[in-house]
Amino acid sequence: MAAYDLIVIGGGLVGGAIAWGAARLGASVALLDEGDVAHRAARGNFGLVWVQTKGAGMPPYAHWTRRSAELWPELQHAMTERTGVDVALRQPGGLMFCLSDEELESRAEQARRMHNESGGIGTRVLDRAEVRALVPMVGDRVVGATFCPLDGHANPLKLLRALHHALAGAGGAYLPNRTVTAITPQAPGFVVQAGGERLTGAKLVIAAGLGSRDLAPMVGLAMPVSPLRGQIVVTERLRPFLDHATHVIRQTEEGGVMMGDSHEEVGFDNGTLVPVLRDIAARNLAVFPHLRDASVVRVWGALRVMTPDGHPIYQQSERHPGAFAATCHSGVTLAGAHALALAPAILAGALPESLAPFSAARFHVQPA
Amino acid sequence: MTHDCVIVGAGPAGMAAASLLARHGADVVVLDEQPAPGGQIWRGIEAADAGLRAVLGGEYAAGAAAVAEFRASGASYRPGQSVWNITPELDVWTTPADGAGHLRGRTVLLAVGAMERPVPIPGWTLPGAMGAGGVQILLKSANLLPQGLVLAGQGPLLYQLATQCIAAGAPPAAILDAARPADVWPALRLLRPAALPYLHKGLLLQGTIRAAGIPWYRGVTRLRLLGGDAVAGVRFHSGGQDTEIAANLVALHDGVIPAQHAARVAGCTHRWDAAQACFHPVLDAWGSATVPGLLVAGDAGGIGGAAAAVHQGRIAAADILRRLGRLDEAGRDRLAAADRRALARHLAIRPFLDRRYRPIALVPDDSVTVCRCEEVTAADLRAAVAMGCQGPNQAKSFTRAGMGPCQGRMCGTTVTTVLAAALGRPPGDVGHARVRPPLKPITVGELAEAT
Amino acid sequence: MFSRRDDPRAICRFIFEGQPLEAKAGDSVAAALLAAGITQFRTTPATGAPRGPWCLMGVCFDCLVDIDGQANRQACQVTVAEGMAVRRMYGPRP
Ligand SMILES: Cc1cc2nc3c(=O)[nH]c(=O)nc-3n(C[C@H](O)[C@H](O)[C@H](O)COP(=O)(O)OP(=O)(O)OC[C@H]3O[C@@H](n4cnc5c(N)ncnc54)[C@H](O)[C@@H]3O)c2cc1C
Ligand code: FES
Repeated sequence: MAAYDLIVIGGGLVGGAIAWGAARLGASVALLDEGDVAHRAARGNFGLVWVQTKGAGMPPYAHWTRRSAELWPELQHAMTERTGVDVALRQPGGLMFCLSDEELESRAEQARRMHNESGGIGTRVLDRAEVRALVPMVGDRVVGATFCPLDGHANPLKLLRALHHALAGAGGAYLPNRTVTAITPQAPGFVVQAGGERLTGAKLVIAAGLGSRDLAPMVGLAMPVSPLRGQIVVTERLRPFLDHATHVIRQTEEGGVMMGDSHEEVGFDNGTLVPVLRDIAARNLAVFPHLRDASVVRVWGALRVMTPDGHPIYQQSERHPGAFAATCHSGVTLAGAHALALAPAILAGALPESLAPFSAARFHVQPA
Repeated sequence: MTHDCVIVGAGPAGMAAASLLARHGADVVVLDEQPAPGGQIWRGIEAADAGLRAVLGGEYAAGAAAVAEFRASGASYRPGQSVWNITPELDVWTTPADGAGHLRGRTVLLAVGAMERPVPIPGWTLPGAMGAGGVQILLKSANLLPQGLVLAGQGPLLYQLATQCIAAGAPPAAILDAARPADVWPALRLLRPAALPYLHKGLLLQGTIRAAGIPWYRGVTRLRLLGGDAVAGVRFHSGGQDTEIAANLVALHDGVIPAQHAARVAGCTHRWDAAQACFHPVLDAWGSATVPGLLVAGDAGGIGGAAAAVHQGRIAAADILRRLGRLDEAGRDRLAAADRRALARHLAIRPFLDRRYRPIALVPDDSVTVCRCEEVTAADLRAAVAMGCQGPNQAKSFTRAGMGPCQGRMCGTTVTTVLAAALGRPPGDVGHARVRPPLKPITVGELAEAT
Repeated sequence: MFSRRDDPRAICRFIFEGQPLEAKAGDSVAAALLAAGITQFRTTPATGAPRGPWCLMGVCFDCLVDIDGQANRQACQVTVAEGMAVRRMYGPRP
């Protein structure tokens, strides 16, 4: 008999959401994580619950994202109720500011394309005056924006904390310092070697972020993920001026302003580079000139978990049923779906047909 | 443009290194955020009149010669420059960016000194509570004499400030001495002959305080500051009873620790020094850190005091001259020989001091604010541990401890010690939160123009 | 709270919360305010708690004030100047 119904490998946002989602349904769950120092995108991300541009060219991803945005309020409510942590979800809609007419036109074109591919989500093009009406502080260089009413943001750090907290509340076990080194399928179930311990689970989810690549082949899966660095600049707390989400700047509920984000292929280096930070600051000053005198209190680099096409991987192992792959870049956006839709499916032992397009088979990689 | 050496900090260590390097013809730039040289100990020395120098004592007055030598050395001194980033490639970014924005060094010497160890006790965030070092800075740089000052905590600086106030005609109202009586004997057993002059000096300070008749409570515990919007009094336990005294100015002190953020941002490896109860950069005998070309001298590498800092600065400079090809190994060793002997003499008192004045507030009670910026209490940190946090990085995400404008300087060490105690693991194992730029806040506008 | 040793430095006049105050040329803004008996410089953005300078050496950021319209300057790191207008900071900056 396995000790746990479900072992989730990886205590970031993806693993945390799945683990809690399963535990709340009564499963006995162990969430295995590394220690304090780890590549944990969950600690370095931007906090968007972003729909507007997700799934361009891949309608199933667009639909999955919308579903998650719809489920998010329920997730937020559950977190507050069960942990007292307000994860600060706000879904007032999201803006993509454009600094030239060409940029605005290409954004508008992208929105039209997505509408035709995946159906309407209310995205519309705003001119400068309309943008100003929503966000009075924007500067003169902003010529317009696209606006999608489904976009929002949340506090990703509080979300991670709340998920861990809620997992414990639902009887699950968060087990840090358990770096997984081996997984042995053992019909039925799996034996996991972690931090000098052996744990057994009836089912298994690999949600280990960048660590998934090496773990997946142990259960006949493929998760070809690689790091893509993003650098983020954060200011001191300011009085509220920006409620909306935008893809490059947002004001947190605490008042700090986050600006990002770069896309750099630099391997596992999560450092920062002044020229990149400078461009981030300059671009956002063009949008919000009043930020010139605000103090930057912190910058960081964090590694995104990227698949070759940027879309998630969800898959059950054919060779070792009961073992699942779950990874994506947008762990905040998809947290609602991961906790409330994916986790129940995993417990039930079968992914829905709508998730079939997310199989890693699309990369034509051979599972080991 | 690449310089032979970029020195950060114009205190005893930085000035001594710069003077020696410049004398040997090296191209040296010295950056410091203060408007004048001297560092913390010799702060304001060039402007101090004879009366103030007499009040502050011979150790302070000795700084005049060091500053004069530094001024005359030919090193390029750039005051008013805060260093906000140091990269492993030895790029040093400054603000206000005087056109340049960043400098590159063939070598970089961090001589950024010490900071006062935070004293997280109940009420320490109230206006009117200050570090004893802060009160001393007001005396050195602005001729301000504290009236009705209560000194609380422990360590040589507490006694030194008391005698300076006495000499200036403003004796403190009381000293609440938290040094543990039980530590006297274990400490005395660590005394070495070379330390006797220091011990003698310390006893003289204590004699002066006694002669001035200042109420001096010993073995003080359960220290807490009282007040709503500002400090109104102090409550403490001493001599078997609880005592409360009124005060609106309280200087707290619990020793000093290395200013570690600059070395950390550059990527230097640190280790926990159990005797000094703080992190040190890992250094070799010349002050070289684990980042190639980066050296650390003075208190930034481990607390040794101003006299030791001078020699550490010169020792590091000797090795920098070797790295620059201006000295061979034998020449370097000869140049540093006398400094090594002097350094050993000055460090001889450390084991005694470290043992005698073990920190009093490493693991505060639940209600005490640990992170002043984000107002995170010890209880919040313990709750994070209960949720599975294994160290300061995850705890920072969960509680915001260390996310404010001081960048975790005021809470970093306490976060480590609180987590270590809660996890039952040694502080060195638990580690310190990753330090990221900027070391000093810069504006978004400055960042947008950094070149 | 503080008195001043005999100090030959020139007098420097500045304004705090609209009121004229005197400092000595070369004082930091923090020293000038403390010399005038002012210990509360700001309230915190997190909870609105009162704060004043702690370290006087640029480490703690508890001395933040508004100087000549610039929010959140470190009073202990800025030298007072003739005519300077200093205000308390209340909570987060605008
Ligand atoms: C508050 C306080 C009071 C003290 N009082 C005494 C005392 O009375 N007697 C005694 O023996 N010892 C005292 N000490 C210890 C004594 O100051 C040190 O032993 C001595 O100053 C060490 O010299 P240093 O050169 O290593 O550092 P410091 O003298 O501290 O010099 C470091 C310099 O680096 C600059 N700096 C730091 N970071 C940056 C940056 N990012 N950018 C630009 N510049 C930077 C600082 O402005 C400073 O000028 C005290 C320490 C402190 C913190
Ligand atoms: S008093 Fe600490 S930064 Fe100014």
